[in-house]
Amino acid sequence: MDKILAVTKKELRSSFNSPIAYIIILLFLVVTGWFFTTTIFPTGLVSMRGITENIIIHLVLLIFAAAISMRTFSEEKKSGTLELLLTKPLKDFDIVVGKFLSALLLVVFTFIPTLVYVISFKIFGLGSIDLGSIFGAYLGLIFISALYISIGIFISSLTENQVIAFIISFLIILILFLFNKILVFIPSPLVSTIEYLSSDYHYLNIAKGVIDTRDLVYFISGIYIMLLLTKTSLERRKW
Amino acid sequence: MSIKVENLTKYYGSQAAVKDISFEINTGEIVGFLGPNGAGKSTTLKMITTYLSPSSGKVFVDDLDISEKSLEVRKKIGYLPEQNPLYSDMNVLEYLEYAAELQSIPKTEIKDAVKKMVKVCGLIEVKHKDIGELSKGFKQRVGLAQAMIHNPELLLLDEPTSGLDPNQIAEIRKLIKDLGKHKTVMLSTHILQEVQVLCDRIIIINNGEIVADNTSEDLKSKFKTQFNVKVVIKRNPAIGKEKLVSELESINNVDKVKVDQEDDVWKVDILTSKDTDLREDIARKVMSMNLVMLELHQEETSLEDIFRNLTRKQ
Repeated sequence: MDKILAVTKKELRSSFNSPIAYIIILLFLVVTGWFFTTTIFPTGLVSMRGITENIIIHLVLLIFAAAISMRTFSEEKKSGTLELLLTKPLKDFDIVVGKFLSALLLVVFTFIPTLVYVISFKIFGLGSIDLGSIFGAYLGLIFISALYISIGIFISSLTENQVIAFIISFLIILILFLFNKILVFIPSPLVSTIEYLSSDYHYLNIAKGVIDTRDLVYFISGIYIMLLLTKTSLERRKW
Repeated sequence: MSIKVENLTKYYGSQAAVKDISFEINTGEIVGFLGPNGAGKSTTLKMITTYLSPSSGKVFVDDLDISEKSLEVRKKIGYLPEQNPLYSDMNVLEYLEYAAELQSIPKTEIKDAVKKMVKVCGLIEVKHKDIGELSKGFKQRVGLAQAMIHNPELLLLDEPTSGLDPNQIAEIRKLIKDLGKHKTVMLSTHILQEVQVLCDRIIIINNGEIVADNTSEDLKSKFKTQFNVKVVIKRNPAIGKEKLVSELESINNVDKVKVDQEDDVWKVDILTSKDTDLREDIARKVMSMNLVMLELHQEETSLEDIFRNLTRKQ
């Protein structure tokens, strides 16, 4: 466990050493801030629906997840430091988990400042705050980001080119998200399967404040499978 | 700390990089693993460090089978890969602390371990600098410090001096020599001089196969079957080149004579067929032909020649 945290700590430090993290955090705050205020003023109700159902915010989240996970393994493959990690006395899976945690923490850090919006509405007494939906929205955001990151990390472990890693993981998570938006075009026998696979469907369920085990199982098993695939991809060197 | 390699083979696809090699390295030895580029040196080291798995064969480190006790073996090994694994955005101290954490050094001892390595490897003046800003020589020292942060008994170094300038090479060699006093060291290189300076024993690998495994002295005496005598003679137009060659070849134990004609001198290469000194016979012969000898010296077959002979592509 100590070593997982050592990897997490090191990864976080290098994220904050590079400008990309700050740029994306800023971008995320500006976009969410804009949509937050524009939904509140017309309705007078502080709910998270304006955020959770907003496609542009979701797109920013997709870019964010792909961008922070693209370097996790690609960079180390390219610079040869992966050989350092893989010959130190720690399990391959520990490295994967360490990197996953650091990316997830980075996302959570990014979400924290958005609480300012919620608090400011409380302070200025704008509308009524629906605490349940706020909690659900944040929980859903964390779960869906974790899934996206785990996919991004897997793709990153397949190539030493960060740009390729970014594009491919962005495409995959975009498709996963869009499944829920194209259900009307899907032949009816497939609808429920596609809906189940859609990240957005489960995310919206949680964001409504209804925490159903079906949705949790979807996210947790998805993340776990992706991390296992990443570990397998690291072991490819031994085949 | 010993290494035992048994019938180790590695295929990349259908291409064999290492073919059925076996050797043992005993505690305290400094062994040079020598071979041309692409001979299978790095692949072998990568298998010993558990980075790659062998296609067949076994490796034991301290009698531990590395395929079963991989994590334990990694704790005992210090490894510097050919591509120095540095994070250019970290400073030297951060990097060494990270290496120490990964190497499972107890938290309370990390500071001391890092401090010691900084001192031993001569990194005091650069310890707060980002690794990306360091010169290649310093980078290589940081790599060595990383490999030894946990005071391993076994040190595996893959071409530790490649790409350095002559001063840096001398410094790194000295460092390896000092550090190697109390450790078992296996060092891969394609530079012959390096093993001559550093190693007690030389394993030469070519095309994935071991072609020699000896101490450097043994290797020399084993392959020292010929002398090469080089003579420079002032040219005399009255005597033809052919005449000179036939006269020299008539000396006992001369194997081959080669004459290059340059302006007003002949440069002659004489290969003796046996381990005998023919300098006197040659000098007498030249004088008996009324020729003026300008230079004469005898060369022993060098390790370089042996290496070239052993690793020449068929």
